[in-house]
Amino acid sequence: MRYLALTDNDRKEMLKTIGVSNVDDLYDAVDKEFLLKKPIENLPLHQGEIEVEKTISALAKKNRAASTGPFFLGAGCYKHHIPAAVDHIIQRSEYLTSYTPYQPEISQGTLATIFQFQSIISLLTQAEVANASMYDGATSLSEACLMSLRIKAGKKNIAIFNNLHPDYIEVCKTSLELNEAKFVERNNIDENCAAVIVQYPDFYGNIINLDEAREAANKAQAMLIVVVNEILSLGLIEAPKQADIVVGEASSLGVGLNFGGPLLGFFACKKEFVRQMPGRICGMTTDLDGKTGYVLTLNAREQHIRREKATSNICSNQGLCATAFTIHASLLGEIGFKKLALINHKKATELADLLGNIKNLKILNQNFFNEFTIEFKKEAKEVNKKLLEKNIIGGFADSNKMIVAVSELTSENDMKEFANALEEILKN
Amino acid sequence: MTYIPKQTGLALETDLLIKQSREGACGVDLPEVSDFKLRTGQNKRENIGLAQVNEPQVIRHFVRLSNQNYSIDSGFYPLGSCTMKHNPRLNEKMARLSGFADIHPLQDESTTQGALELMYNLQNWLATLTGLGGASLAPAAGAQGEFAGMLVIRKALIAKGEKRNIVLIPDSAHGTNPATAAMCGFNIKVIPSDKDGLVDIEAFRSLVKEHNKDVAAIMITNPNTCGKFEKNIVEIAKLIHDAGGYFYCDGANYNAIVGKVRPADIGVDVMHFNLHKTFSTPHGGGGPGSGPIAVAKELVEFLPTPHIIKVGEKFELKKHKNSVGKVKGFNGQFGMHVRALTYMLSHGADGLQKVAEDAVISANYILAKLKDFYHVPFEGNCMHECLLTDKNQKAKGITTLDIAKALVEYGIHPMTVFFPLVVQGAMLIEPTETENKDTIDKFIETMIYISKEVDSNNGEKFHQYPLSTPRKRLDDVKAAKTPILTWVQAQQANML
Repeated sequence: MRYLALTDNDRKEMLKTIGVSNVDDLYDAVDKEFLLKKPIENLPLHQGEIEVEKTISALAKKNRAASTGPFFLGAGCYKHHIPAAVDHIIQRSEYLTSYTPYQPEISQGTLATIFQFQSIISLLTQAEVANASMYDGATSLSEACLMSLRIKAGKKNIAIFNNLHPDYIEVCKTSLELNEAKFVERNNIDENCAAVIVQYPDFYGNIINLDEAREAANKAQAMLIVVVNEILSLGLIEAPKQADIVVGEASSLGVGLNFGGPLLGFFACKKEFVRQMPGRICGMTTDLDGKTGYVLTLNAREQHIRREKATSNICSNQGLCATAFTIHASLLGEIGFKKLALINHKKATELADLLGNIKNLKILNQNFFNEFTIEFKKEAKEVNKKLLEKNIIGGFADSNKMIVAVSELTSENDMKEFANALEEILKN
Repeated sequence: MTYIPKQTGLALETDLLIKQSREGACGVDLPEVSDFKLRTGQNKRENIGLAQVNEPQVIRHFVRLSNQNYSIDSGFYPLGSCTMKHNPRLNEKMARLSGFADIHPLQDESTTQGALELMYNLQNWLATLTGLGGASLAPAAGAQGEFAGMLVIRKALIAKGEKRNIVLIPDSAHGTNPATAAMCGFNIKVIPSDKDGLVDIEAFRSLVKEHNKDVAAIMITNPNTCGKFEKNIVEIAKLIHDAGGYFYCDGANYNAIVGKVRPADIGVDVMHFNLHKTFSTPHGGGGPGSGPIAVAKELVEFLPTPHIIKVGEKFELKKHKNSVGKVKGFNGQFGMHVRALTYMLSHGADGLQKVAEDAVISANYILAKLKDFYHVPFEGNCMHECLLTDKNQKAKGITTLDIAKALVEYGIHPMTVFFPLVVQGAMLIEPTETENKDTIDKFIETMIYISKEVDSNNGEKFHQYPLSTPRKRLDDVKAAKTPILTWVQAQQANML
């Protein structure tokens, strides 16, 4: 077995040193009737690479990859081009196979990368501090809600100001319920509100002026949480500096679709709240020689120290995904990030122009970044079925609305095919 | 000032990219964008503040940084409870197939049947290995698996109309256990450990008797965090079941018993797995992990969403009516599911059994060789990890921390230190089954050397170790006192 390191001779020798004759003697604490002798049934036996690759590849072939045809699906998970360099670097052993940097002297690679991740997120969001990443946008919003409930102790409502991603709502509801808190609508913002949540751009692609939400939060003495699930948008639209907490999804850079996981949540906030932040945090310090270095810090918030009093039960972050993001963002840099955002938006305006000419189709958005919503008289699900027959993957179906996303990868041809197909489908 | 080059041999140092920034540099080539009317409803964002560097600069920077990192590929990583086993590269190749990497979670299910089938198969492997009724791959990591598992228990009790809010947790448990129970609204009662490093069965009996109808569950790690298999586990399971509670098993240490013991046989109702431990998915410097859960048949209806089901020949993403709902967005850490299933197919049921056996042999071998040099708190053999303490060395002023830093200096990543919290100066050593005997012997010899140096009053030097690493000991206190978390804050504090 290629991944087992001991030979039969090794095992014999080692068992002799231990002082037993059989490995099962080491399982003496297990009731005899429960110690399995033979391999568990109904599962295949070991296989070489050739066989395993055949089996797994066959499963991959049954899926329709996004890049094999026109693709307009977003809704919180966006397809972008990842520069070749990113995957090469994250496949380096030292990034791929290293552990959490608990021994900082031999983990400066990971730590310096996390520090730059936190820095980039902070700059994009204009929030003063950021953590080392969260599982995804939905859970980071959930944590932001819990943090608000802690800070505004006694208040039990969280207001949703505009259109929030349904998965995010569902994930948050679970945590809120456990804390006897609940979501309320925008017209119910009062002094019982611990936080006001704004998605920016929202689930339908709309971009609102955050001043309005900030005022509403101020009136209610609530925290303002801004959710950004297309991080690239912050290269073109203004940073949400009105926010107390900014959370969301950064997987547009570096990570890829991966059928929705792993993703890359981020969490940023005003520095006055730093000790209330969940998750791992990396900080700068110096070593015995006075050299600048990095360590995981503010551990007193976390589960391994505070246990049931921790700010969250969270243990890991999305290390390798944060690394991929940092590399991708570094390649883009100041010039590339803004330009890429601009290209995305331009593509969206081009698509909007094309679709705007179609009979029986209405574009609902006043403004948008790279995603907007169209409406027709048919069920969007049915429209998508017909689009699929032409190998086009349409946008997110929401009754008779469709949320359509583009990126720098969307070609003129893709858009024309999509528009033509829609025109035909919506003819009657 | 004449520049004097540093004698470093290979150059590992590299400034943060913001310090290497050169106006006009860019690491990507994007087409020029002719002017057009913006429809964002805002003025263009003017300034972000990112560095400006080109591709060669970026690659050199991250390569140099990587050279400052220890990794399982480069050396022994005996971290107890972390299961730092080899990360097979076939897993990486499979995860990158475009049919897996390039599919969107919200695509019509007819276009992702292969992905759904993979998840279904993985669910099946986990259920079959454990003997439990069904599994969900939704949770993002171990802690989230615990959360999902406890939510299932909570909902099952509510469905039965029972109001139970006590969870019993051993004092040796990983911090995520009580943190998770607290998040689910439970009150925690701690079960003390006995002199053998096991759950104190008398104390446990009393707790169950005292709280009886209030006991929702026990959260127990087996083998436990002291590296021992709970020999009274069957009785523990019976007691909790008789009281009407559920048995939650933290599966972090599953590597010791995979294929050797079926958790359902010993009474487990709910269990989480760490795919990044037992099932070889890479740790990536801190994630992504994956924490699926398996549950008894009667609890399948509460599984988190999505649960993959097979209807005829088709695979579907299902939200059960009584599901505890979504614990994270979309479908779970699918990229890790691909890696884990590839690993399971590679080992097969027979290979996995050998994995557990070899892990247990290696840990006991280390225990046998080091017990004459280091204090062993609990008698008897161990499972896949062995627990030592610094008691012998402390007498000479050398602690677990110093021993760990000495190992760092000698090129070996330390074992888990100061965990479990119930044992003073704990050193938890888990070699895993992917280390060959030479490596293990080298580790043993190094540990013996350290012990002998301490004995002959040469241990003082360890207080300063490590000396040869890219950084020496770092100032944790300063980092926490004045948090500097971004390069902007560093610039403001004149540290950049």
